[in-house]
Amino acid sequence: MKTGMRLSWRAGLGFAVGAAVLFAVAPVALSDFRLSLLAKYLCLAMVAVGIGLAWGRGGLLTLGQGVFFGLGGYAMAMHMKLADAGPGEMPDFMQLYGQLDALPWWWRPFANPAFALPATVLLPMLVAFLLGSLVFRRRVRGAYFAILSQALAAAMAILLIGQQGTTGGTNGLTDFQGFFGYDLDDPVNQRMVYFIVAGVLLLLLALCRQLMQSRYGELLVAVRDSEERVRFLGYDPANVKLVAYVTAAGMAGLAGALFVPAVGIINPALIGIVPSIEFVIGVAVGGRASLLGPVLGAVAVAWARTTLSEEFPAAWTYLQGLLFVLVVAFLPGGLASVARLVRRRRRPPPDPAPVSPAPVLTQEVTA
Amino acid sequence: MTVIVSQLFTGVSIGAVLLLIALGLSLTFGQMGVINMAHGEFIMAGAYTVFVLQKVITDAGWSLLVALPVAFAVAGLMGVLLEYLLIRRLYARPLDTLLVTWGVSLILQQLARDIFGAPNVQTRAPDSLTGNIKITDDLVLSNNRLFILTLALLAVLALTLTLRYTSLGRRMRAVVQNRDLAAVSGIPTGRVDRLTFFIGSGLAGVAGVALTLLGPIGPTMGTNVIIDAFLVVVAGGIGHLKGSVIVAFALGTLQSLVEYSTTVSVAKVGVFVAIVAFLQWRPQGLFTLRTRSLA
Repeated sequence: MKTGMRLSWRAGLGFAVGAAVLFAVAPVALSDFRLSLLAKYLCLAMVAVGIGLAWGRGGLLTLGQGVFFGLGGYAMAMHMKLADAGPGEMPDFMQLYGQLDALPWWWRPFANPAFALPATVLLPMLVAFLLGSLVFRRRVRGAYFAILSQALAAAMAILLIGQQGTTGGTNGLTDFQGFFGYDLDDPVNQRMVYFIVAGVLLLLLALCRQLMQSRYGELLVAVRDSEERVRFLGYDPANVKLVAYVTAAGMAGLAGALFVPAVGIINPALIGIVPSIEFVIGVAVGGRASLLGPVLGAVAVAWARTTLSEEFPAAWTYLQGLLFVLVVAFLPGGLASVARLVRRRRRPPPDPAPVSPAPVLTQEVTA
Repeated sequence: MTVIVSQLFTGVSIGAVLLLIALGLSLTFGQMGVINMAHGEFIMAGAYTVFVLQKVITDAGWSLLVALPVAFAVAGLMGVLLEYLLIRRLYARPLDTLLVTWGVSLILQQLARDIFGAPNVQTRAPDSLTGNIKITDDLVLSNNRLFILTLALLAVLALTLTLRYTSLGRRMRAVVQNRDLAAVSGIPTGRVDRLTFFIGSGLAGVAGVALTLLGPIGPTMGTNVIIDAFLVVVAGGIGHLKGSVIVAFALGTLQSLVEYSTTVSVAKVGVFVAIVAFLQWRPQGLFTLRTRSLA
């Protein structure tokens, strides 16, 4: 961690290069269609940044990020639906199903952007805070936590599908016309959405880097590697984990909120068990404990998925399965660790501290 | 009154299915600490075993009876293979095991799609199981539910007896309680692990056979049941079968009662909330194995 502090000029340079690629190269080099795909990938990458923090640094394997992604996405989608419908009107799909006479009470506040916009981030954080403080304080951890977070994703998807009249059911919310007054069919406005997405991703990366470099970041890694020792030193590991989990949830919520204008849909198929665990694979491929690994991994996996799954859907499923097996079993540090592994093989370092993360201990499961 | 009794019976039969599915897990996850997400696909393998056997044995009753041991062997061997090839290397990294076995489950699902086709297939239930037993006019118990309940109870009984009275069972318990001490006492822990995994995965195959009686079978049937099964083991506590048994029936009853008063989707959420609340009270599940481990 210390080396990172010293090399902060390098981080600044990397940041500048990233900004140049996202803001200057990509918009020129890519067609409108490709650029909007990239916007989608970058949204998924935001979720990955959060997972990298919670899982890579904190050892919290959260298999339910889809829930937070969905909360953010639905909050934004509800606002956009209401804005499309106009004041006092019901969204088109509710009129279509015709089960309701009036807007449900919990839809109403989302008509106001001053409520809806903060809600896209705060709502996921609130849910994460409630679940996290219940679970971490009782020292439920490791696999138990992973399974609970996954069950939350399942419950949320089932709930959304079950309440078709008010949530759009399996179809979700789609068919948006405007985004705060801007027509979404206009390619210029789609570009604007892309720039917002790219800017937010860079901001989140900067935030995540600061967190990782701070004293808190060191404490988080310490909790991951030996929770009991941290407890004996007088810290409360529950709070440390809670901060990482809530931060990751907020990032996922923001990602969901931007996903809606960028892609134009949010539905239960994007937030259930399967998509939630798919968020994790990109993080694992890129390198869970590194800062950029999750972003690059998520973009690469999402890109491979789009490219392959259209033509060879079966092959893509096999490849995805193999990625899980090979990367997690044999390259737990992800691609980010490859360079380091090669360097170490060439010249054994004087410091024998393990570079690649060994985030999980045997005891976790018997906890 | 009869409504409540009939809902209770529905609850018990949901519980029996949960129990059958979770029984194998309580062995592999509960005893060995391995989180095998491909357990659901072993269930699927058991179900497809019935489908394949019915092509050879036309009598539905016999094919079901033959399928029970065959499915046990098929799923068990798949489990041993998985343990030998992958899980063995990951005992120190339980969370990574979860992700690796998730990958395996994706591959197995796609294999099933390529072999049997993506749409669900239907197996034939024997005539003796399609009927009902009428207790009163309002209270009707279906034969297949009773069959599954019997099967689940028999499986629990067989597993309990094996763990308690056979030398294999003693070794399995010894390895769970203290792996190092078991190893220096001359127990081949690696082989015991593999046998435990064989039995746990085989039970998934048996559960798959039972599920063919309840509806069509398809490549994604494993994913639909796996989370519920894990929740049963988490709430039941690891290292004890009785925890899983009690929790399976409790959750089944809870789900059927909530479902009766609201809807299926609300019932699922209710079960989740109940489990989180329950873990506040007993964070390590209903029963815990006392060890001297710090964590």
